[in-house]
Amino acid sequence: MQQNHPSTAKIIEEIEESAVTEPNTSTTTHAIDMSSIVKTDVDAKLADENICIEANNFNLFYSGAQALKDISLTIPEKRVTAFIGPSGCGKSTLLRCFNRMNDLIDGVTTEGTIKLEGNDIFDKNINVADLRRRVGMVFQKPNPFPKSIYENVAYGLRIQGIKDRRTIDTVVEKSLRGAALWDEVKDRLEDLAMGLSGGQQQRLVIARAIAIEPEVILLDEPASALDPISTLKIEELIYELKDKYTIVIVTHNMQQAARVSDYTAYLYMGEMIEFNDTSTLFTNPNEKMTEDYITGRYG
Amino acid sequence: MNLRIKNWFDSGTPFVWLNAGAVSISVVMVVGLIALIAVRGLGHFWPADIHVFDYYASPTDESVRLMGEVVDEESVSRSRAGNPAYAGETIKRNLIKTGNRDVSGLDFRWVLDAGIKNDNLPKDAMVVERHEWGNFYGFLTSLEIDGKKFQATDSLWDKFQETITKNTEIFDEIRHIEKDLIGGINYKMERLRLKQRGLELKEENTPDKIKGLDDEREVLQTEYNSYTNKLEELYTVLNNSSFTAKTADEKEIKVGFSKVVRAYQPNAMNLFAKVGFYFEKLWEFLSADPREANTEGGIFPAIFGTVLMVMIMAVLVTPFGVIAAVYLREYANQGPITRLIRIAVNNLAGVPSVVYGVFGLGFFVYFLGGSIDQLLFPEALPAPTFGTPGLLWASLTLAILTVPVVIVATEEGLSRVPRAIREGSLALGATKAETMWRTVLPMTASAMITGLILAVARAAGEVAPLMLVGVVKLAPSLGVDGNAPFLHLDRKFMHLGFHIYDVGFQSPNVEAARPLVYATALLLVVLIIILNLTAIRIRNSLREKYRAAESS
Repeated sequence: MQQNHPSTAKIIEEIEESAVTEPNTSTTTHAIDMSSIVKTDVDAKLADENICIEANNFNLFYSGAQALKDISLTIPEKRVTAFIGPSGCGKSTLLRCFNRMNDLIDGVTTEGTIKLEGNDIFDKNINVADLRRRVGMVFQKPNPFPKSIYENVAYGLRIQGIKDRRTIDTVVEKSLRGAALWDEVKDRLEDLAMGLSGGQQQRLVIARAIAIEPEVILLDEPASALDPISTLKIEELIYELKDKYTIVIVTHNMQQAARVSDYTAYLYMGEMIEFNDTSTLFTNPNEKMTEDYITGRYG
Repeated sequence: MNLRIKNWFDSGTPFVWLNAGAVSISVVMVVGLIALIAVRGLGHFWPADIHVFDYYASPTDESVRLMGEVVDEESVSRSRAGNPAYAGETIKRNLIKTGNRDVSGLDFRWVLDAGIKNDNLPKDAMVVERHEWGNFYGFLTSLEIDGKKFQATDSLWDKFQETITKNTEIFDEIRHIEKDLIGGINYKMERLRLKQRGLELKEENTPDKIKGLDDEREVLQTEYNSYTNKLEELYTVLNNSSFTAKTADEKEIKVGFSKVVRAYQPNAMNLFAKVGFYFEKLWEFLSADPREANTEGGIFPAIFGTVLMVMIMAVLVTPFGVIAAVYLREYANQGPITRLIRIAVNNLAGVPSVVYGVFGLGFFVYFLGGSIDQLLFPEALPAPTFGTPGLLWASLTLAILTVPVVIVATEEGLSRVPRAIREGSLALGATKAETMWRTVLPMTASAMITGLILAVARAAGEVAPLMLVGVVKLAPSLGVDGNAPFLHLDRKFMHLGFHIYDVGFQSPNVEAARPLVYATALLLVVLIIILNLTAIRIRNSLREKYRAAESS
């Protein structure tokens, strides 16, 4: 099987077959086999995608303590990739590497490479501000600036030195529409952003991020502080945004990962245990650890 | 029983009482302080009744007729009252302001209550406030205006008031000419002299340049002569009029109108007139220059000097403190050196202020000022320009005195800006500097203003260092005037805090000055309260805007 490089469809068939026909028999021997099969499988699927971010043997240390171990993964363009795993597994740390947010923390050192469109983002010739312009980020808690709704969205443009009022007006409207917030706030753009509800604030932050047209949007548990309805809205929004942006999302909520993502990576203790397309990872995980986690047997 | 007490203690009630007690004591002290200085200070401007009475220093003595207002009364022991011939273990005595220092030599007198006979309040008793010799108490007898005599008639008092108003206008004009116009000419003359001296020093004193200066000088001289002629005329008019009045003991004295500030008959005034008069006096206190070695008149130059100095200080200290705080909190490596600097800054706030005064005098005035004089104003030497205490050095000294307060407050504000906000800005591609300017510093504004409030409150009330670096008892001119460059940082200035000290302890006329000490103290407190309230308002409106962001 390995040598033949069979077609994706056939492999899925086989995996599903084996899952159906021989559930959990002789786990150990099987796991090894499956690993190779799945590996080939995800590579094959990724072969059809354009690569956006690629990490190679990436390690990260907090003042000497290793937080990420030998991470290698490929994030496809214009798809939603989810990172799941228990608290403290390093998924947020990995996410924050993609726009070098970890630079702000003292004592962080890295090894290996992360490439954005083929260029190493840790190269010393890289302009970090430029990188962050290309890789937007939305945080766990909504963090609008204490400015008006309008100014929040216009912030990134003003940073870029754009002063033309009409351009900014257009972009603000477009971004707010893109974040499905326009209809709710169009009459009070000059109000303080703090007056919005948590869900609205989070969508405002997303609007703020897409206003500068990044290539990648990193979402760090974007719905964890929100109520179910706001969460649903954010998920719908992610679904719409993936046509235009590469999205990487960290989430604790496995249903959410299953609903919104195309690919999923499971991390545990700083190691990437498994990376696969979402339906496979959730329906037929290759690793026992992944299976334990997604079925709730972890811990 | 014991159990009850134990329960009472356990319930926490005593602690609540203790706390509430501490708060009440503080409130009582503050309110008491302000009430004391307010009552003592504000009462001074009320037109008190004028008593005329026969006074027997002892029952056997001849009586003297006295006239004046009761300033104070007290009961003292026999021995303290000087064992008078009147009976009683404690003796009641009154302090009477009798004025007429030119006639009797003293203008305050303690009189024993028991020796007062025939006390009455005649309606025609008048008080004349004068530019010299203090108040005059007496009765108007006649006027002499431009050589014409007016004897006692019903309309004499009206005529008297009319003349005073007219003469006050003339007096104001004289003041204007002397101070503003001739003062301006003197200033320009001095400029020309310095210019010439400068040319001599640079050996560029070519005849045509000197001639140019001489021409300018001639123009100024002509202008000056025309003003002195005008002044002479005005003085003649002023000196042409005088009035005659008799004192309580029937002495006649003649006073020129040029010395009169105002005259009034408090016993004839109704309540409304008194209230009106009260506010007129209060306004004079706030807006006029001091007279009679600061014991009379207003304190405007002191208010102006205090506010101007505090404003210059604020302009100097805010940017400096904020920049230092931003570096310490945002850019400096948070290691032992930063910690050491922070400790040093905090300790600077505890250094006695007079030490700053000594430092200011030695470093700013003599070293910096002296060097500036050598470099920039060599033509004025040996007379110093900046090498002498003045407004700039006083402001700078207070700025270094208050900079720790601003640094600490700003640092606190910076540490309150949530990390999430900074990350949000950085994640949008802003550099650290852009994040600082656009988000962090605006959010810290309320903390900076808090620091400024504390700095201003401390600076406005500081006296000791100022005595060394620029405050004087009487400044001839304000720090801001019509002569270019308008703001004169090299000038000495008056200050409310020092004014209190000067009037209270350096005055030749202690009794006359005492109410002014309270009034000035009240004004200083009010000024600081106003400065604080303004700043607090600004801070609150800013804080309102950012509170939601800080709590997230």
